[in-house]
Amino acid sequence: MASREGEYISDSGSDYTEYWIDWFLGSRGNEYFCDVDAEYITDRFNLTGLNQYVDRIGLLVDIITDRTQISETQPEEARARLEDNAKFIYALIHARYIITSRGLSKMLEKYRNGDFGYCPRVNCKLTPLLPVGLSDKPRVASVKLYCPNCEDLYNPKSSRHASIDGAFFGTSFPAMFLQNYPELVPTHNVDVYIPKIFGFQLHSQAQLTRWRLLKREQLVNRLDQLHIEHANDGPGGFADPVDDDENKKAKRGRR
Amino acid sequence: MSSFNEVESDSSEDVDSWISLFCSMFGHDYFVEVAPEFIEDDFNLTGLSLIVPFFRDALDVILDLEPEIPIKPANVPLVEHAAELLYGLIHARYILTKPGLRAMAEKYEDNCFGSCPRYYCQGMHLLPIGRYDQPGIETVRLYCPNCNDIYLPSSSRYLNIDGAFFGTSFAGMFMKLFPEIQRQCYERTKKQFELKLFGFKLNERAPGGPRMKWLRQYPQAKEEIEEYKKCEFSIVGTNEKIVEAGGQEEGEEEEEEEEEEARMDEDSHEEAKASAGESMMSIAKD
Repeated sequence: MASREGEYISDSGSDYTEYWIDWFLGSRGNEYFCDVDAEYITDRFNLTGLNQYVDRIGLLVDIITDRTQISETQPEEARARLEDNAKFIYALIHARYIITSRGLSKMLEKYRNGDFGYCPRVNCKLTPLLPVGLSDKPRVASVKLYCPNCEDLYNPKSSRHASIDGAFFGTSFPAMFLQNYPELVPTHNVDVYIPKIFGFQLHSQAQLTRWRLLKREQLVNRLDQLHIEHANDGPGGFADPVDDDENKKAKRGRR
Repeated sequence: MSSFNEVESDSSEDVDSWISLFCSMFGHDYFVEVAPEFIEDDFNLTGLSLIVPFFRDALDVILDLEPEIPIKPANVPLVEHAAELLYGLIHARYILTKPGLRAMAEKYEDNCFGSCPRYYCQGMHLLPIGRYDQPGIETVRLYCPNCNDIYLPSSSRYLNIDGAFFGTSFAGMFMKLFPEIQRQCYERTKKQFELKLFGFKLNERAPGGPRMKWLRQYPQAKEEIEEYKKCEFSIVGTNEKIVEAGGQEEGEEEEEEEEEEARMDEDSHEEAKASAGESMMSIAKD
């Protein structure tokens, strides 16, 4: 309900002048970004160190917060450069903002809407993904998506997202997000796939999978010894394996 | 009638056959063209007449033959659907034969089935599979030989293709016939992703800590390779003792519970309270 009100306000605002941030968030390919509070952007403390990446950071902040417009009198080239720099600095501020508590709650909404997509792994059963960077320095690696269920990294499905810099989300975001909302840590699905020919498992793949399941058992035993909760219905626990030959065998062996 | 047939066969050489039309349809780019000789051999169709309705008519449609008895207009869409089903099931059998596997290898080389979305698989090409050989259970899934896992097709246009049209055995057969794929996997990184918070790893004891490392793990240390070797035929690990001990504990607990229940049944409420107190005490001691 709150979000709808927000939309309404921004819609009515855009009748007169479109806010820079709204324009940025509305442009194609920027679906992963959330809106950063103007107060956060204007606080110089939050911009510490960012001036090493761009010149005239004050002007850029003014552009982002709509205090100045990019003047029409400048040559096309200079305007384009200013525009790009403004986007760049906004994205870097974004990386810092989304690990604050306000930023996390905004990203929570996006996570719930599935704005970052869903895990393509069949056994993850469409767990929503979280954006993550491989480096906090810009221009190192593009954004990747982290699945909290299989704890693995995936490439974005669409090429327009694959070109976003990973530093615009940072390396710490998913960890911070899941530490802040521990109830969102999924119950891990433990089902595995083993290729078969006419019903017979391929040996090398099956052997590796058996060893991996052994590793999981060892982990569970370690957690048990420390009396750490890993219930099959709680966050961070392991779901009961569904209809899996290897898991069934393992269970039978234990009995 | 015979002249009509001749015209038919002539035109089918110029115009695309049903099979090539079907394979060139939007969203059907996973399919290869099954050789007509394969379909004409009745041995290859064993058992399919039980699964596919309008079997004869559907077969005629696939082979571009004029049916002896014309199909009723009301049944035409049904027959067309049955033909697609029949073609899919024949396709699943065909891609297990040498020419079929070779045709699929060409598609694999061209990356027709897409690349693995997993970052550390470094764009490994995927193989279409079904998890069931019976039609109508699940749509097609994609198998990555590198991470040994299955994924959903990235585009929704493939979500109406039945998994049974590729079958459960295809990926395995394919990898056995082309050992090159195994080599491609060896060359790829064995690195795993670790979630970090300000550069620090999360401990596995933490509530949101890593719990799925095993899923992508490879034996690397000496003792891990030992364990891996022991897992040749069943899960044999160093944790057997722990499991046994766990079993004993469970047994003891059950006995205790039984004793308590017996007491509860026999004695009055006061004693029940006392025993509850005792158990509270034991918890406190623990």
